[in-house]
Amino acid sequence: MAETQLAPDEQVYYYQDDRDPKCPFAPAPGLRALNEKAPITRGRIWDGSTPWLVTGHAAQRAILSDPRVSSDDKQPGFPLPNQAMAENVQHHPLTIFNADGADHTRIRRMMTRPFTRPRMETLRPKIQQFTDELIDKMLAGPNPTDLVTALALPLPSLMICALLGVPYEDHDFFQEHASFATRSDKTAEDDRRASEALGGYLAQLIRVKMETPGDDVLSDFAARVKDGDLTLPEATLLAMILLIAGHETSATMITVGTALLLENPDQLSALREIDDTKAVAPAVEEILRYLTVAQFGQRRIAREDFEFEGVQIKAGDGIVVPLPAGNWDPTAFPEPEKLDLTRKATHHHAFGWGIHQCLGQQLARIELQVVYGTLYRRVPTLRLAVDRDELAFRPADALAFGIAELPVTW
Amino acid sequence: MKVVVDEDKCVAAGQCVSAALDVFDQREEDGIVIVLDENPPAEVADDVRNAAAVCPALAIRIEE
Repeated sequence: MAETQLAPDEQVYYYQDDRDPKCPFAPAPGLRALNEKAPITRGRIWDGSTPWLVTGHAAQRAILSDPRVSSDDKQPGFPLPNQAMAENVQHHPLTIFNADGADHTRIRRMMTRPFTRPRMETLRPKIQQFTDELIDKMLAGPNPTDLVTALALPLPSLMICALLGVPYEDHDFFQEHASFATRSDKTAEDDRRASEALGGYLAQLIRVKMETPGDDVLSDFAARVKDGDLTLPEATLLAMILLIAGHETSATMITVGTALLLENPDQLSALREIDDTKAVAPAVEEILRYLTVAQFGQRRIAREDFEFEGVQIKAGDGIVVPLPAGNWDPTAFPEPEKLDLTRKATHHHAFGWGIHQCLGQQLARIELQVVYGTLYRRVPTLRLAVDRDELAFRPADALAFGIAELPVTW
Repeated sequence: MKVVVDEDKCVAAGQCVSAALDVFDQREEDGIVIVLDENPPAEVADDVRNAAAVCPALAIRIEE
């Protein structure tokens, strides 16, 4: 195990170290400091083990595309993110997250079709329409209001429901259960119950679509079940992954991105000048880099012994890749603490890197381009309705960074 | 400049299409990369190099 390789008096970074409350948008200061030491160091995680932490931008790319590392979370020594996952891991089915090589390719290709860039581009008018309708409703409703419930959560939710063919009327039910996936305070029991409830709901929908298909992803999965390419539990799991992943991440980028922009009025006013949602694209990439809401780190385990960036990695060593650290590595992004919406930031790791890179990234990009290109132009007086210090940020060990509520006024 | 892709490595992230729209597309059924122009003109060379650089699966090779 990794533990034995450390000198007894060696001080290592405790990975759950919090963000600095004065700079809540920046990665935890301790994490940033690791890059000054080396692109790969040791860190301690919640269970006391000390996996490698790969923080350098180039090193993150190299390790995340290295076939000598595995995503198989059932292997002993795999650096799991929390207690609930550790208790449930042996029951985890094979998914795009924990499969390697050919298994991964097979599963991923079944899920890719609805998310290609050309297909996503055809959804832009629909995303614009949903965004405009939600903003109309927000402006007609109470002021101040919470941006999370008014826009940030409903927009990605409406889109993923439209894509999957899930009735949006059920959103209270599935949003509640989907949120467990990204919480660090859940128990193993909560986790199981939420996934059983969500799984039962989606399995029933797939059964209905086997009889009466529509033009949506669940109907596509239902057809594969009928053809014998997928079992119903496999199809349910794929649907559950898409539904969960389609919610919190984009919602968080809309919420925290807005809070960040309100704190950078010069950047925000430059953004407001752009009246084409496609031309907002570079700004979106920079905000993705800056915030890196999938903050908790990609998890891997070494399959064999190998030398990497001057260290000896041993078979069975855990590896954690905290994406925010790579996105604030000054060798890749000079003055990383400076939000510069004109920066060429497309090489960021906000969607990860390697074969496990985010499947829904093109949908997320277009949603963000439309929201960032519309909201601040339509509501130029938008501002926080509370002091920034009152915003409740999620803890640093939540899988996705975020703010529970964003009270805004205009 | 010649563009060579490895379909088996491609994970259909779509980054190349964003980087160089005239040179790359994605197959309808599974999103796998399609090269529209194997010998792209000099004016898009930077975009094509960028497409290779942002491919998360390292599936694009450029022969200069």
